[in-house]
Amino acid sequence: MKKFIEGSYAMAEAAKLCRPGVIAAYPITPQTHIVENLSQFIADGELDAKSVNVESEHSAASCVLGAQAAGARSFTCSSSQGLILMSEVLFCIAGMRLPVMLVCANRALSAPINIWNDHQDSIAVRDAGWIQLYAENNQEAVDLIIASHKIAEDPKVMLPAMVCVDGFILTHGMEVVDMPDQKDVDNFLPAYDPPYKLDVDNPMSFGLLGTPDVYQETRYAIQKTLEDVLGMIPEVGKEFGDKFGRDSLRLVEEYKTTDAETILVAMGSVCGTIKDVVDREREKGNKVGLLKIVSYRPFPKEVVKSALKSAKHVGIIDKDISLGSDGALYSEIKSLLPSDQKVSGFIAGLGGRDIKLNSVENIIKMAREEENSCKFVDLNKDILWDKFKTI
Amino acid sequence: MFSILAAKPKSSARNKTGSWRSTKMPRLLKKECINCGLCKFVCPEGCISGSEKNQYSVDSEYCKGCGLCAYICPKKDIEMIENKPEKSNSSEEAEKDKGVGK
Repeated sequence: MKKFIEGSYAMAEAAKLCRPGVIAAYPITPQTHIVENLSQFIADGELDAKSVNVESEHSAASCVLGAQAAGARSFTCSSSQGLILMSEVLFCIAGMRLPVMLVCANRALSAPINIWNDHQDSIAVRDAGWIQLYAENNQEAVDLIIASHKIAEDPKVMLPAMVCVDGFILTHGMEVVDMPDQKDVDNFLPAYDPPYKLDVDNPMSFGLLGTPDVYQETRYAIQKTLEDVLGMIPEVGKEFGDKFGRDSLRLVEEYKTTDAETILVAMGSVCGTIKDVVDREREKGNKVGLLKIVSYRPFPKEVVKSALKSAKHVGIIDKDISLGSDGALYSEIKSLLPSDQKVSGFIAGLGGRDIKLNSVENIIKMAREEENSCKFVDLNKDILWDKFKTI
Repeated sequence: MFSILAAKPKSSARNKTGSWRSTKMPRLLKKECINCGLCKFVCPEGCISGSEKNQYSVDSEYCKGCGLCAYICPKKDIEMIENKPEKSNSSEEAEKDKGVGK
């Protein structure tokens, strides 16, 4: 049913539709409304789940780890400093092969403290072994939450999934969202029935010592499984599409790329702005397109390579930076493309700075000119100084 | 794909961690022992056993050579000696020694 609702409410309802058994999360802006709504659902008797109040995000992640290990479908969400505080446990969850579901309301990292959106938090934990999917709008966020459960919990996969949604832009944005019916979701997503769990009748330990003789194999197994997930995303995406009529779960979205000379690459909500610019440029006769990355982990190398192969100029927009190197998406894509292809990296929208239509137009212009690996967009040079000063 | 993920109870005992031992290991002289049991209590690995005078023994498959037993012994009846390489395990034991849960 179509509803005009806040993003956080939509995501909480999507989580509810998946019938989690345990929810543990610590409130942090801009994720707070998601947990609040879930707690309300439980208090109102609409959701039969155990909500665990915890003292930190580290505890929240530890709690869902334990719950999932005990055989309960578990949900948590966080943001920024909270996600970073969780990071130790995030690696454990993947290493123990527990398909926990996490929604990350993407927010910049301190210092300086900043509550607004960029992708630095989820990018900082990209190597943890989680599936990471980025949503452009609230409809996609809802769909990805539901659909990614199916992949994560597949007995051949058993890996956690993180759905990344831009803080404020999506979480606090009001949009029309087509919420699926409970019976359709139940039909699509059967009850969680793990191939292994903590059980007093069949005792076993998880997360034990992995000596040099065995540790490397555990990493190889996760790597191979994530490669398999690349093949499963389009399959499950099709199944989801047949049932719900939307193709939100996919590796990438190609927007007017077929004949494009200049292709921009980006993730998340900025893709909506870029599509508007692409349309305007097309009206002017400029062959511009957008490659939207949905699945960042696993990264669909071959699909990206083939989508970009005939572009004269590629402009990659990162809302994150590996300080001292380049944007994460840029490094990843640059390494895939031939050295004579013009590929530029742009850092934009850090700490909630708006990426406006004319920012994107400038990026297109710059991508056609000289090649840059790490060009900051919309810098205010008035607040860059050679010496320490206070304001 | 999966690799070693979980283990049944007691499986960690298959790791013969005595192979990590330092350069020393204890030798029980079995002359002055008064059966005080201090060596058994302080052993961090729990690998000293015994309940009668001069009848204690060290399980070298788990001993790390920390020397606490020799330090605590009130009769100086334990000395630390150079760590000698163990005789090679039987092939079955060597197989077990490869890792947790295998």
